[in-house]
Amino acid sequence: MISIQNLHKSYVTGNNSLHVLKGLNLEIAEGEFVSIMGSSGSGKSTLLNILGVLDDYDKGDYYLSGKKIWGLNETQAAITRNAMIGFIFQSFNLISFKNAMENVALPLYYQKVNRKKRNLIAMEYLDRLGLKDWAHHLPSEMSGGQKQRVAIARALISNPKIILADEPTGALDSQTSLEVMEILKEVNDQGITVIIVTHEHDIASLTRKIIRLKDGIIGEVITNGDLQSYRDRIKQE
Amino acid sequence: MFDVDIWQEIFSTIRKNKLRTFLTGFSVAWGIFMLMVLLGSGNGLSNGVKEQFAENAVNVMWMWTGETSIPYNGLKEGRAVKFNNQDYDFLTTKSKEVEKVSSRYYLPNDILYSYGKEYGSFETSTCYPSLQEMENIHIKTGRFINDLDMQEFRKVVIIGDEIRKALFKEEDPIGKYIKIGGVPFNVIGVSESKKRNQDNNRSAYMPFSTAQRIFNGGDRVHTFTVTSKMVQTVEEAEAINEKVRQDMANRHAFDPKDKRAMGSFNMLTEYIRTMKIFQAINLFVWIIGIGTLIAGIVGVSNIMLILVKERTKEIGIRKAIGATPFSVIGLVLLESVLITTVAGYIGLVMGVGLMELINFGLEAATGAGGGDNVFFKNPTVDFKTAVSATLILILSGALAGYFPSKRAASVTPIEALRDE
Repeated sequence: MISIQNLHKSYVTGNNSLHVLKGLNLEIAEGEFVSIMGSSGSGKSTLLNILGVLDDYDKGDYYLSGKKIWGLNETQAAITRNAMIGFIFQSFNLISFKNAMENVALPLYYQKVNRKKRNLIAMEYLDRLGLKDWAHHLPSEMSGGQKQRVAIARALISNPKIILADEPTGALDSQTSLEVMEILKEVNDQGITVIIVTHEHDIASLTRKIIRLKDGIIGEVITNGDLQSYRDRIKQE
Repeated sequence: MFDVDIWQEIFSTIRKNKLRTFLTGFSVAWGIFMLMVLLGSGNGLSNGVKEQFAENAVNVMWMWTGETSIPYNGLKEGRAVKFNNQDYDFLTTKSKEVEKVSSRYYLPNDILYSYGKEYGSFETSTCYPSLQEMENIHIKTGRFINDLDMQEFRKVVIIGDEIRKALFKEEDPIGKYIKIGGVPFNVIGVSESKKRNQDNNRSAYMPFSTAQRIFNGGDRVHTFTVTSKMVQTVEEAEAINEKVRQDMANRHAFDPKDKRAMGSFNMLTEYIRTMKIFQAINLFVWIIGIGTLIAGIVGVSNIMLILVKERTKEIGIRKAIGATPFSVIGLVLLESVLITTVAGYIGLVMGVGLMELINFGLEAATGAGGGDNVFFKNPTVDFKTAVSATLILILSGALAGYFPSKRAASVTPIEALRDE
């Protein structure tokens, strides 16, 4: 699903160049449930932006679902994002003057689905996430967990190949965090690749594979069997 | 792109920012309102002055003769110059500068008009049928002189409305005979002037040929009223004047510079001069109006820029979930066009409405006919101007939205979505 070889990315500000990703290699198969961890400055946000076709890279190869992501103009990038990727953010990023249903339906608007149809589909997704009764409420009238569920519904509505979640539980209490992770797990069970960026160990430990970034390259990959021992290890920390 | 959805998107943002939208729109509405009021006033002034000219055809020219005041070609000054019928033939057939010609033979001022017991003395304008067009003579009932009247020396007369009132009171004058200088004339029409110069209502029109024959005129012509060919500049109009003077000077052996030998007045020169002034006023009005409008547009643009800044995050979200730069541009641009067009249209309607109201008041005050001394008439804006103003509005809306929309399109989702 995702194949990255020798990925480099620098940020140039004035005379300073900050080399963030230094030849990163990464393979994520279809249907994986992965978390990306790393201390601040390790390049995890940069990696997420590149994965999400929000940013370009300097050198290397990035194949998303077999398609090389390189040199796209803004319109092509937007279409790629719309078709392949669902975003979930720490601060939910719902549009404040649109109600839950309209927020969820927005990706379909950019796919030129007509209003009636997309609202119907949005209601379906809200229903699946238990928010049917909140469909006509504005984000400001909802709790954090509800907002994040709306955001998840919005990420899912365009039938993406990948869900990219940037600190999805960062603004939520631990109970709600667990609920959100449960939902993401269910999403993953349907075969959608889910990638979570987090710095919380207990959240990461709920995924099936942890990728630890260190200084712009993959520091450590913890999978299946190791995960149990990882869980034990972080409990002691 | 222009489906219902994008409008719903725009209306939802407008609804959310009512005050901002109102203030933005107000500046544009004010600009257009001022433009319309200024244009209307300019038109009113221009129409008022055109009305003064409307008494005659704008290219009319009068010529009369006197005595020479400069010796010429061995001929002494103080010699009388007299037009004659050959001059008429020359003007109608030879002169390239002149289009229509009407000769006039003066009857004595004290010539008496009588009908039954009623009598009075009135001015008699002896003329050719073409005078009707040249002096915009309005026939109230009956008809004006025609070519047959001229050929057959018919004793017919058109009387002004004041003459009708004096001689006929309530009686229908058409077909009746009045005596002019003791000669019976058949009344074939009544003329009525609604213009400022109501003296025309105290004069009668008689076929030139008849007058010349009956009142012993020989081939004497006192004055000519002609229309010159239509030109656009004062210089050309004056050249026509000079050419006609030169022709007449050659025919009657006087110095063309001799203003006393032959006098003339060319309306076209005055008309062109005045119209040039109004063209300048009109241009000035447009410049001021457009200036006001630009101030409004800059206001819209400014507010749209702030709006884009305010909405950076929202735009970032939209882009992250698949909004193309084009759709973001469309969102901002269309909102700008919508605000300017709607607000501008309101300003347009109010401006035009105010001018129509003033027009209504003016007409009520001066009477439907226009009345005297109207220097301000019909101060309204025509349909063409309103349409061009609307086009300017849409264009200016697009202009106002252009830079903000470019700014919006350049928003990168990463920066917009960065948590502060």
